Amino acid sequence: MTMAAMENPPLRLRLAAMGVDNVTLLVLPAVLFVLALFVYPFFYGLALSVEPLEGAWYANYVKFFTDPFLYDTIGKTLRLAVPVTLLCVFLSIPIALRVRHMRNQRLLTTILVLPITLGTVLIAEGLLNYLGPQGWLNRTLIAIGLIGGPLQLVHNYWGAFLGLLIAIFPFTFLLTLSYVTGIDPALEQAASTLGARPWARFRHILLPLLAQGLTVNFCLSFVQAFSVFPTAVLLGSPAGSTRVISIAAYTAAYEAYDYSLASTIAMIMAGVQLLIVAALLSARGLLYRGPMGGAKG
Amino acid sequence: MTGGMIALDRHPLALRAWNTTIWVLVGFFVLNLLAMIASVLVNSFGTRWFNTWLPAGFTTKWYFSAWAEFQLGDILIVTFQVVGAVVLLSGTLGVLGAYALARREFPGKRLVMLLILLPLLVPPLTYGIPLATVLYQFGAGGSILGVVLANLVPTVPFVVLVMIPFIEQIDPRVEAAARVFGANSRQMFVHVLVPLLAPGILAALLMVLVRTIAMFELTFFTAGPSSQTLVVALYYAVYAAGVRAPQSIDAMAVIYMATTMIWLLIALRFVNPTQLVTRVKKS
Repeated sequence: MTMAAMENPPLRLRLAAMGVDNVTLLVLPAVLFVLALFVYPFFYGLALSVEPLEGAWYANYVKFFTDPFLYDTIGKTLRLAVPVTLLCVFLSIPIALRVRHMRNQRLLTTILVLPITLGTVLIAEGLLNYLGPQGWLNRTLIAIGLIGGPLQLVHNYWGAFLGLLIAIFPFTFLLTLSYVTGIDPALEQAASTLGARPWARFRHILLPLLAQGLTVNFCLSFVQAFSVFPTAVLLGSPAGSTRVISIAAYTAAYEAYDYSLASTIAMIMAGVQLLIVAALLSARGLLYRGPMGGAKG
Repeated sequence: MTGGMIALDRHPLALRAWNTTIWVLVGFFVLNLLAMIASVLVNSFGTRWFNTWLPAGFTTKWYFSAWAEFQLGDILIVTFQVVGAVVLLSGTLGVLGAYALARREFPGKRLVMLLILLPLLVPPLTYGIPLATVLYQFGAGGSILGVVLANLVPTVPFVVLVMIPFIEQIDPRVEAAARVFGANSRQMFVHVLVPLLAPGILAALLMVLVRTIAMFELTFFTAGPSSQTLVVALYYAVYAAGVRAPQSIDAMAVIYMATTMIWLLIALRFVNPTQLVTRVKKS
């Protein structure tokens, strides 16, 4: 081999040295697909949102933030999504800490996977029966004398709240459970041997190890809850207290056929989610800066 | 909170009460969940149900009326076409992509991983409307093709992420051996990798199947009248409640539950239930 050939190997070899060869190219279809059907539509939506049917390029954004019928949807969505997410995350911690020692864990997790598999539409239909004025829940509460008359639990805020809770809790719980079971039990046993009581073990061993997982879990559960749609329409009052942001986007696109405004609302929706997730992640960074390790998986 | 917790430490009785509270909470949640499913089931078989604990009598007639009223035959065919296409395509694209990501280190790999992770982190409703607009722009909106393409957005990345650890645990020397014996890339994939990866592929595709049947938002935004899947048809039926008998809607809901449950039960033989959720943890 001549010196020139050694200094200037063919492009193919140089690429192979960097790890790019035929095998690497196998990732291309998937990448192109995500680019074409996820990234491109996002930028297309962004471009569409600044091409309103009438007015300056920012007209849709002005419209959203000046029309109470539109900007109120952010508050209404947050009023639904934040309490549900907080409740789910906080309930999931003690329950996951108990359940990890359970022998029939798989049975419980299977039951909890049911609402995720069935989806929000079926939950809504089931809860319309179950929580309705003639439903089994009201009947039971009246029969045991807790309430005098049936509670109004559907077609209002509480209907959407309970529907969302049933849909989100299993998701949050299974994520928390996977983080909790990833912690080496020996760490807790060591603390126990050294005399740490349950609360101290939780506060000083488990919580710091779980902090990162719980933040991620909170973010994931929150974005799910924030994009609530069928639950708010079917179980809530879609014209009133549960007119969430996704309903506003849907109405703009499929009832007013204003795709520009609909894209604007979708962009604002993504923006609010991003803001809250970014705020949470940076808050976690401020609160806890210790090592993240210590987990098995 | 802290005061109560310190009390827990000192009194075994308080600890027991705390544990009991947790089990009561879990039990209450599971009980309500099962009762909700049972109420759909009971109503779909009931004749008339008003102001009593159980319907006045039982019948199966609602299943026949639901089948005819909602054209469930057509809807089921569409559903299976969509799900079948999504499973095949996301399997092919996903396994190939995962193979490259598991076996090669290349510049920009982190960017590619981020790109593939994003559609899983952003809920479908957020990108559903822009995606539907683009699909309508290209004439795919309202057709089965559009529904399939939209459903592939979260499932291709899902298969990639599930398959990477499966591929990583296969010894690369097995592939090298196949090469030594003269197998070309296609032969190596078909005769060596796919059989070795079969359990992983099966698990990933079953999860895609279950998730696609229940995927409401993307299908709802992209489907036209002739490309509705079962879950979207169910939504319209519940939305327009009052037009049809509630028992008829519940009969449809039971048929929907049956189609997802069968696949869920099969899937649970191969995967741990938590795998349906903890898809982003391994990244």
